[in-house]
Amino acid sequence: MAVEVTSGPAAASADQPDDVPRAIVTRVSGGDQVFRAILRVGGFTVLLITVLILIFLLLRSLSALKRAGFAFFTTASFSPELGNHFGIAALLPDSLEIAVIALAIALPIGLAVAIYISEYAPIALRGVMIAVIDLMAAIPSIIFGLWGFFFLMPRILGFDQWLALHTGWFPLFHVPGQVTLPGIVGAPFIAGVVVSLMVVPIITSLTRQVFSQAPQGEREAAYALGSTKWGMVRTVVWPFGRGGVIGASMLGLGRALGETIVVTFILTPPTFHFTFHILQGGGNSITAEIANFVRQYDAKGIAALLACGLVLFVTTLIINSLASIVISRSRSGASTAD
Amino acid sequence: MTAQTPQLEQTPSPSEVRVRISTGSAQGSATFIGAASAALGLVWLIYERLLPFSGALGFWLCWYVVFMVAYYVMARMQWTRLEARNRLASVAFATGGIIAFFIVVDQVAYTLAKGSGAVEHGNFWTQSQGLVGPLSPQKVGGVVFAIVGSLEQLGLATLFAVPLGITAALYLTEIGGRFARVVRTIVEAMTALPDLVAGLFIYVTLILTFGLPQSGFCAAAAIGVTMMPIVARASEVVLRIVPGTLREAAYAVGGTQWRTVKDVILPTARSGLATAVVLAMARGIGETAPVLLVAGATKVLNANPFSGPQVSLPLFIYNAVHVYGTPQYVERGFGAGFVLVVVVLVLFTIARRIGGSAPGELTKGQRRKLAREAMRT
Repeated sequence: MAVEVTSGPAAASADQPDDVPRAIVTRVSGGDQVFRAILRVGGFTVLLITVLILIFLLLRSLSALKRAGFAFFTTASFSPELGNHFGIAALLPDSLEIAVIALAIALPIGLAVAIYISEYAPIALRGVMIAVIDLMAAIPSIIFGLWGFFFLMPRILGFDQWLALHTGWFPLFHVPGQVTLPGIVGAPFIAGVVVSLMVVPIITSLTRQVFSQAPQGEREAAYALGSTKWGMVRTVVWPFGRGGVIGASMLGLGRALGETIVVTFILTPPTFHFTFHILQGGGNSITAEIANFVRQYDAKGIAALLACGLVLFVTTLIINSLASIVISRSRSGASTAD
Repeated sequence: MTAQTPQLEQTPSPSEVRVRISTGSAQGSATFIGAASAALGLVWLIYERLLPFSGALGFWLCWYVVFMVAYYVMARMQWTRLEARNRLASVAFATGGIIAFFIVVDQVAYTLAKGSGAVEHGNFWTQSQGLVGPLSPQKVGGVVFAIVGSLEQLGLATLFAVPLGITAALYLTEIGGRFARVVRTIVEAMTALPDLVAGLFIYVTLILTFGLPQSGFCAAAAIGVTMMPIVARASEVVLRIVPGTLREAAYAVGGTQWRTVKDVILPTARSGLATAVVLAMARGIGETAPVLLVAGATKVLNANPFSGPQVSLPLFIYNAVHVYGTPQYVERGFGAGFVLVVVVLVLFTIARRIGGSAPGELTKGQRRKLAREAMRT
């Protein structure tokens, strides 16, 4: 051995060939090839369905998009049967407004529940709270709609009126003219409140998983430095889960944008004006417009509705994909990605 | 340290005192209760008597704000600033949990209570809505047609969504690669996709392009499209936690990939997969928006999902409350809501039951069976 080392690499290469990594050959059996092909087809089908949704919606709404032209993005009313007068200039902002209201309410509640479950709740209560949040996600949207319309709406109106009367100087809570109960029924704010309750379980379950993965060593380090529990949460758990929080809120936004039944129930009758006065009755959304009129319109009207559906699909797909990338790229998600 | 150690050994240890892990104390509880009642009294006086405010929700919001301030001030009088903040934060987080808990309980209880009026009539369970007018009393008509429709559509949707979803999940975990990462992103995006879009998709393809009439089958397809990503995502999470050592052991004894998946991975993840399927079914049976566009409208029993319109429970609720809208129909809608909530609760309980065990953990029966087989060989 020693002789070889002193004689250098040139001598070594003379007597024996260079080290070449041995190729590891695994022959995939015929059955496995079929099996792997089936799995690949399964994975591909998911992608295919998404692409097909895009293609078919685009094909079927093309006539309406051509008919309306660029005015589709600037028209704030929707009467496709009378002429070319239809567009999303009121529908899309209204949808976004409701989604943002929902997120603004759901984010603090959802995060509080997530941190409560992962950090504060006694062990016995933890399982119960996780079950409650899972059940909240499993309750059908139609039940949320019934509850929101018949239970919450009559009870929240007093609060709405109070807000409108006493904080009306703030433009968001302003209601033009006399503040009357019929004038504030079916406002975007109420729809946003109910939708927010549907977004809470999404935000909670995602962020809870991220928060509970915060490394034990860093938690103990914080305690060892004399931190209180709140100090530990603020300096260890929260920074660790920030990426997850951003992703979860985006997923929640996507979910809120697509919520149909609740918005349709609350915003009755729908009206076509976009306003920042969220307590004022009326308003509409892409989903409510489709749900209300898809069973009444003829082919021309349907094409226009499909164009709206396309806008909704593309918007939510982009938001959701970004969210899922953010979640998987964040420090916490990285350990579970593969 | 060196100086202290012998000293520690010498001192006779007093009778061991249990370390209190719990942070609760009488003083803490008294502070909490004191702040709560002080806020209640103050807010009642100001809100109800002095200022022209009204409304229960506003009252409790004001109470909460005053309570938090009072609690912080009272805590600050006894403890350091860090400790007071710590306590304030625990109360704030617990509030979130309490709100979520009571909203879920309230929704379930409210639907059950409002629905019991219609449900207690026997005809509710045996008839359909064929002979029911807008103002008919609850003695006429029922939701049999909607229950049948829901079950058939859910069955068909499950047949479509579960094999496809689990195959996709297996692809993500067992094959992987760059393309799988794209598929995973898409699956995650699709789980949060508006369910309305799934309905639009089926409407555009099956009904507009292939010319099928509106039917229970189309509704099932739409529900299937919404269920599939849910199954895929939940299954992938379960399959991912199957220990890699099990997989390697199966390969090491010469198993092919197919046998490994069939005999090792799927049985190990069985309980988790079952939970994923049942949870997706609970989501599927409550889908309203997709069914709205493609199921058609009928008030009579149609047991054949492949021809003619077929209404499901959520769709009937939607029609009863939003389209017909008379008080009698609203009551019927709540009756159907009663049935729907019960079905979802049952499915949810089943899912929790199965999902309770960790992957690979055997039930008593399975352990006995294994022992028997071991005795025989």
